[in-house]
Amino acid sequence: MSALEEVRWDAAYNFAYLDEQTKRMIRRALLKAIAVPGYQVPFGGREMPLAYGWGTGGIQVTASVIGPDDTLKVIDQGADDTTNAVSIRRFFSRVAGVDTTEATEEADIIQTRHRIPEAPLREGQVLVYQVPQPEPLRQLEPRETETRKMHGYAEYGLMHVRLYEDIARYGHIATTYSYPVMVNGRYLMSPSPIPKFDNPKMQDNPAIQLFGAGREKRIYAIPPYASVKSLDFDDHPFEVQTWDEACALCGAQNSYLDEVVLDDRGGKMFVCSDTHFCADRRAEGHRGELGGDPAALAFARTAEEEGADR
Amino acid sequence: MYVAVKGGERAILNSHELIAETRRGDTSVPEVSTWQISEQLGLAVDRVMAEGSLYDRDLAALAIKQAQGDLVEAIFLLRAYRTTLPRLAVSLPVDTAEMLVRRRVSAAYKDIPGGQVLGPTYDYTHRLLDFALAAEEGVGDPEAPVGETPLEEGMPHVADILDYEGLIEPEVPAEDADEPFDLTREPMSFPADRDQRLQNLARGDEGFVLALGYSTQRGFGGTHPFAGEIRMGEVSIEIVPEELGFAIDIGDVVVSECHMINQFEGSAERPPQFTRGYGLSFGHNERKVMAMALVDRALRAREFGEEARYPAEDEEFVLYHADNVEAAGFVSHLKLPHYVDFQAELGLIRKLRREFEERQQKDAAE
Repeated sequence: MSALEEVRWDAAYNFAYLDEQTKRMIRRALLKAIAVPGYQVPFGGREMPLAYGWGTGGIQVTASVIGPDDTLKVIDQGADDTTNAVSIRRFFSRVAGVDTTEATEEADIIQTRHRIPEAPLREGQVLVYQVPQPEPLRQLEPRETETRKMHGYAEYGLMHVRLYEDIARYGHIATTYSYPVMVNGRYLMSPSPIPKFDNPKMQDNPAIQLFGAGREKRIYAIPPYASVKSLDFDDHPFEVQTWDEACALCGAQNSYLDEVVLDDRGGKMFVCSDTHFCADRRAEGHRGELGGDPAALAFARTAEEEGADR
Repeated sequence: MYVAVKGGERAILNSHELIAETRRGDTSVPEVSTWQISEQLGLAVDRVMAEGSLYDRDLAALAIKQAQGDLVEAIFLLRAYRTTLPRLAVSLPVDTAEMLVRRRVSAAYKDIPGGQVLGPTYDYTHRLLDFALAAEEGVGDPEAPVGETPLEEGMPHVADILDYEGLIEPEVPAEDADEPFDLTREPMSFPADRDQRLQNLARGDEGFVLALGYSTQRGFGGTHPFAGEIRMGEVSIEIVPEELGFAIDIGDVVVSECHMINQFEGSAERPPQFTRGYGLSFGHNERKVMAMALVDRALRAREFGEEARYPAEDEEFVLYHADNVEAAGFVSHLKLPHYVDFQAELGLIRKLRREFEERQQKDAAE
């Protein structure tokens, strides 16, 4: 940007908070991660002014790739208006002065926790995942020295045994989120705690997918159009969640639904977890079974008004 | 209500206002100043500086005030500030033998060159609540008597006395001693060398390190320690600016240091000799440096060919879990919404229960 252009961010901090050397170090880690899809690259993660476990890895990755002209979207649980998404968006508005949006298609960078947006991503977009535990084998082997060896030898039998034990016990694989994937036929990778519903969206995605784990100090990535296969068996193929219900607000039958408890007697409704997707559909005139219900709409309105406050 | 979980910007801003009000408390009570915290809650400031890895009493006092006395939160504040600071220089190694000692005791010898110096310690106070401290008129201007003779200058380390006789393992600088590992710039790596371990322990949570050290005394490990020496006082910090080429003194910091002397049976290659455990911390943090020295020795198991069997000897376990900023963050992140994953688990548990009931009915029918 030109020197004459107004500085739009809090001038007490470098653009996007991190100093340029740190960003450079993180970009080097990102380039390595993209070159070796699914491999966890150790990086010198910095202490951020947000708590570990609250998106420090994703924030450092976003801070390293964002430019002043980029538009940022932040979601948590698929929603733009959850408190931590609001908090992270506020952070970047302050330290980077970038434009923010709730529209998936308008965003250059989307930082996410626990979901992949329902709307398909396009080339040039960057999806930044917040990762609490980058190691897919950690629940099976607590030692980093051991899991690094297992990745080195591509020795993933332990994970297959775990999935097989589910089948032996329940008749099907009983993992619903953080469902392990094989990237580029080489590295076993944690997709972060997204529901397995979202796993197929990672495959052949035109966008760049970057994963930042701040506390564990690891970065990994999936380049565009890469192979990302959820682990399964020939006789027990991978399946995603389905619902008997449709979204109560927009009537969508193919989106990930959250269960909203309406009373303490079992009353509930199901609504899209992706708030922007749902609002878009309602704007197009789609209605779910409670789409005309004042109480249900009040719920949706509250969410939208909170958004309008920004 | 569900809407409350959704929250939003207004709720966040209101919560900031509310915490400011709560922090101030009853406005008829005078506001505490950071000077008062720095002067009168000095040990809290010391802990925050040590685990915050930043030697600045004023900022640590500010962090304590801002965190309403929650020291782990104050440590987090100081760390987050520290990471924005430029690194201007790297100091020379500090020589603690040249410390201006305020306290120095050895439990291994009755008397030592330089003498035992009790200094300010709670050790021999009876832990009776002192109601005089709660009195309206305050404590006045308490003054301790000055000793008749000044302390000797230069107090050799007790470990060096043993070293002279060859009874303790010699302290050999690491091959890469010029560039110590720096956890604030590099991710943890394993196997970890002693510099990485000591830095981790020095920044580590006092409670966690204390419990681990204690566990080695109770039998989860066994290093048979003696408190060779504990000292606390001011040391000079020196740097060598490139344009000068010689060392200049840039100021003093207070540090606490502990040398533990531990048993070692010897092996075919090594004669029986004592081994070392070391603890060092900013400020007056005696409990911390003693526990740190115990854990340091326990973590040296590999070096001495000992089997690492207990938690305090397991470097991945200790190093990955010692940092309270990391630990507090990850535990507290459970407060963040997890309803997408919870929905996935709800779906699964309903399915599993349905399948269970179907099996039961089928079994009953048969």
